[in-house]
Amino acid sequence: MFWYAGKRFLQMIPVFFGATFLIYFMVFAVPGDPIAALYGDRPPAPGVIELIRAEYNLDKPFIVQYLLYIGGLFQGDFGTTFSGRAVSDVMAQAFPITARLAILALAFEAVFGIIVGLIAGLRKGKLFDASALVISLLLISVPTFVVGFVLQFIFGIQLGWARTTVSGDAPWGELIMPAIVLASVSFAYIVRLTRASVADNLGADFVRTATAKGLSRRRVVTVHVLRNSLVPVVTYLGVDIGSLMVGAIVTEGIFNINGVGGTVYRAITLGEGPTVVSFVAVMVIIFVLANLLVDLLYAALDPRIRYAK
Amino acid sequence: MKRSRIGISAVALLSASALALAGCSASEAPAEGDSAAIITTNGSEPQQSLIPTNTTETGGGKVITSIFAGLVSYTADGDVVNEVAQSIESEDGQNWTVTLNDGWTFTNGEAVTSDSFVKAWQYGALLDNAQSSSYFFDNIEGFSYDENSELTGLEVISDTEFTVALINPEADFPLRLGYSAFMPLPEVAWEDLDAFGENPIGNGPYMLDGEDAWSHDVQIDLVANPDYDGVRKAVNGGVSIIFYTSQDAAYADALGGNLDILDAVPDSAFATYESDFPGRSVNQPAAIFQAFNMPYYLEHWSGEEGKLRRAAISMSIDRAEITEIIFQGTRTPATDFTSPVIAGHSDNLAGAEVLDFNPDEAKKLWAEADAIAPYGDTVFDLAYNADGGHQAWVDAVVNSISNTLGIEAVGKAYPTFKDALNDRDANALTGATRAGWQADYPSLYNFLGPLYVDGAGSNKEGYSSPEFEQILADGASASSVEEATAKYQEAQEVLLVDLPSIPLWYSNVTGVYSDSVDNVVFGWDSVPLYNEVTKG
Amino acid sequence: MPSNNTGRERPGQEHFIASLAETPVAEVDQVDETGKARSTWTDAWEAMRRRPMFWISSVLIFVIVVVAMFPSLFATYSPTECYLKFSDGGPEAGHPLGFTRQGCDVYSRIIFGTQASVTIGLLTTIMVTLFGGIVGALAGFYGGLLDAFVSRIGDIFFAIPTVLGAIVVISVVPVRDPLSVSLILALFAWPQIARIMRGAVLSARNSDYVTASAALGVSRFKTLVRHVVPNAIAPVIVIATVSLGIFIVAEATLGFLGIGLPPTVMSWGNDINQARVSIRTNPQTLLLPSAALSITVLAFLMFGDVVRDALDPEARARR
Repeated sequence: MFWYAGKRFLQMIPVFFGATFLIYFMVFAVPGDPIAALYGDRPPAPGVIELIRAEYNLDKPFIVQYLLYIGGLFQGDFGTTFSGRAVSDVMAQAFPITARLAILALAFEAVFGIIVGLIAGLRKGKLFDASALVISLLLISVPTFVVGFVLQFIFGIQLGWARTTVSGDAPWGELIMPAIVLASVSFAYIVRLTRASVADNLGADFVRTATAKGLSRRRVVTVHVLRNSLVPVVTYLGVDIGSLMVGAIVTEGIFNINGVGGTVYRAITLGEGPTVVSFVAVMVIIFVLANLLVDLLYAALDPRIRYAK
Repeated sequence: MKRSRIGISAVALLSASALALAGCSASEAPAEGDSAAIITTNGSEPQQSLIPTNTTETGGGKVITSIFAGLVSYTADGDVVNEVAQSIESEDGQNWTVTLNDGWTFTNGEAVTSDSFVKAWQYGALLDNAQSSSYFFDNIEGFSYDENSELTGLEVISDTEFTVALINPEADFPLRLGYSAFMPLPEVAWEDLDAFGENPIGNGPYMLDGEDAWSHDVQIDLVANPDYDGVRKAVNGGVSIIFYTSQDAAYADALGGNLDILDAVPDSAFATYESDFPGRSVNQPAAIFQAFNMPYYLEHWSGEEGKLRRAAISMSIDRAEITEIIFQGTRTPATDFTSPVIAGHSDNLAGAEVLDFNPDEAKKLWAEADAIAPYGDTVFDLAYNADGGHQAWVDAVVNSISNTLGIEAVGKAYPTFKDALNDRDANALTGATRAGWQADYPSLYNFLGPLYVDGAGSNKEGYSSPEFEQILADGASASSVEEATAKYQEAQEVLLVDLPSIPLWYSNVTGVYSDSVDNVVFGWDSVPLYNEVTKG
Repeated sequence: MPSNNTGRERPGQEHFIASLAETPVAEVDQVDETGKARSTWTDAWEAMRRRPMFWISSVLIFVIVVVAMFPSLFATYSPTECYLKFSDGGPEAGHPLGFTRQGCDVYSRIIFGTQASVTIGLLTTIMVTLFGGIVGALAGFYGGLLDAFVSRIGDIFFAIPTVLGAIVVISVVPVRDPLSVSLILALFAWPQIARIMRGAVLSARNSDYVTASAALGVSRFKTLVRHVVPNAIAPVIVIATVSLGIFIVAEATLGFLGIGLPPTVMSWGNDINQARVSIRTNPQTLLLPSAALSITVLAFLMFGDVVRDALDPEARARR
């Protein structure tokens, strides 16, 4: 196990360099001069634009820009945004908020998704199953901005149960509603996945054996059926972390949350290389760790899965 | 895959200051509000640190004009009144003498002197300082775009008097002095300008609320400046500007009672904001001009054929219907190239009928152009940046054109403003492009010079007319404002014939406010006059 | 089942085993070699065609595909003739679903939008499922370096924001049609299926039947295809059928950002986006394309359910 985890940590190094290089190149490859665009329809004097471009190393060839960025990274310098803020400050502000939001969303979709999926799987073809299907369909085909708007309107404006938007320091309580909106699509996935897995496993030999042993239905369902059904669900949760963090642009916009998704999106449209790359680099590390965790969970959930060395 | 439009305000617009009508309305207003109450309003994170000469967008502009007081400021109607200046005088429109009022101080106690202005302007103009507003000083003697050069035209006479020598005469020079680039800076700024930009010290009606008043990407807290004694004295305790990345979120907060004043209603609420906020909404023209341009380097759009086609396109757009339906009346159809809030705006220029919807005439002119060179089945496309919320009106405009002229007209979406600008700058457009302009200061010239003079920074589609430029120059050096206005209107009549830009409409400022605040008046620059708002 | 693997007799032990010819076991174990060979897949077909759900979903899919291919058979009005005077109008003769903000016929736009939307949904799902499924199955089954390589590439792709990728791809491939949009979506969606498949394969590869298959001398690859994949494919089908709808909506988002289909191409996504501003005043312009999307997703979800049940031998046995 230790070997396995250690190897995975080592793999992070090439992944980190590969990803940062690729992303930096992609930002570089997007057409347009970021500095000229910064000022919209009101361009500063050409000489001024040149000076600012030089300040951000944008006048240098791509590979030099990348090496300067990596060089700064080793000195703990993540570069600066076009507004002159240290990217590390922006990250320190956005990541904790996004982490809270993602954890809440993940918890919501995992708990409710698995419960609903489990019941639907146990009662396949019954009313509950059909209702779960309809809700899933609704969440899949109605865009997030509608779900967000409706919840915000009902709970924030009409009932006044929640703040309409999230305040600057984004406390846990205010993030509950955004987290539900953010989790809605993934919730549909988890319900369908759990339902399918549970329905499959109900007929498996080990379940029949357990039932034959005289175990209570509750025990059979929770210990044997559910545990064995969780591998695909856990896998999905692992890969969903990304869309919950970087892909939360819509939700962040609706609730005015200062998170990773919106920041990265704005940095992309502005062509702010260091910001995009620094955020994405952290995301890569989060992914590698999340997927390592998922792989370790496999072994705990499914005794058939073993990792050699 | 959950992504949305984030309101990157791609059109980096800027704002100048606005203030009470000559100071009297503030005192006459029922001062029943709590003088310590803090007003909350919407804004966006300033793009740069808060240095006046480096702030050219609305987010930072709103803060700059609240915490600084310049030589002059503007009334709600865009009239100029003296603020720090006692007088700004000139015999010939070229050599100006500025006299300051006594007793002005920065919030750190420093006196506001001639040096406060002259040093700040020198800094703003110097090439190496790379200030985005440097071009505002380009008519002052000594200015250079290409090398570091002192503004030799600025001379300090005494602590309360300095002179300005211009390169070309400019009758309405004082008009621009309320713009944020011309604000004074205290001596302490020069010790560490970067640190100063995070925590600016000004002389305006408001000041930053302590060291960490500016919480990046979240909000900035301003409190009333007790020592301010000018025409914009605050009747409330302060303003907290909350930064939003989406107007929809700001609107939801206003509905939810978390925001006192919203100065930009999102398009999703155009149809409902008046019923959502009965009697507490504002919808009035602003100093924002919207249009689209056809590049002169494209086939079919230059020469006699081009003139005919431009007029035909213009007359095939039903501006009244589009502003009424798509914008729900939050835009005003254009009748000239400026804005109704600017003195000298006109709705009866010779040739303005080309801006009326006239399908028959449009078809006729189009056919005449076809007789010169057949248009064939070329697709007419209208480029816009998808991150700016333009799609609805672009679709309506191209539908109107194709329904009238029977040609295929489509919108062409660029993913980002950067991308769209790149093709504009590289003369690589395949059709028309959207264009917009918000005035820096309330002057007709500001809508014309930067956009249609050959070689001007924002004239990207290659319009060049010696006739237009001559009339414009005559206007700039005219001896009286009336004479200048007449010239600027005459210049626009040339534009109405050439149509380098197809005027569409003027954006309105649409705002709403909660029932906890009163006396909400919007300035000519679309920013509420915060100092007059009463709360509680 | 008798072993046909006779090449490994151990010296000194052969006399303990009677040759097959000398025992009656041969008759008991007689295999009817004239019968049709039954693979997992033919079994699945047999199971599927007996279920009404299969036929319902098939007919629905067939109708959707026909509408997508021949929209003009179903709509009489042009979806691009939009007059503002009809803006947000309610249903009237010939226009059963009313009009959009721009004054376009909602019904026609939904019918004509089917093509692009369904093409993108299907194409992306197929590309993602094939590529992600194959890569994930190989990674999970063979493990080791291959797994490490595929998984880490996947991590990188996960971390690349789709918007950035799409903007770059769009500037390289300036043609914006359903194919290019599908390619963009697939480029950033395959790691999801790959990971799901890999996880399922990891579960399945140590099962008894896999060990048995290996013991029977079936090659590793054949074991993967014949035994592991059918047993691991259930979650992949679930994800694929749900994703179909997600991709159709995702196209809308890309369109909104100016990197999806151009506004001239009709699609449900484009219409959903444009209806955003009408959410409070004329919500049906938003909900009707969403409903079309729901029906499509429902059809494929049902179809996926049937296929999944059919491929699962245990579920089949229960029936």
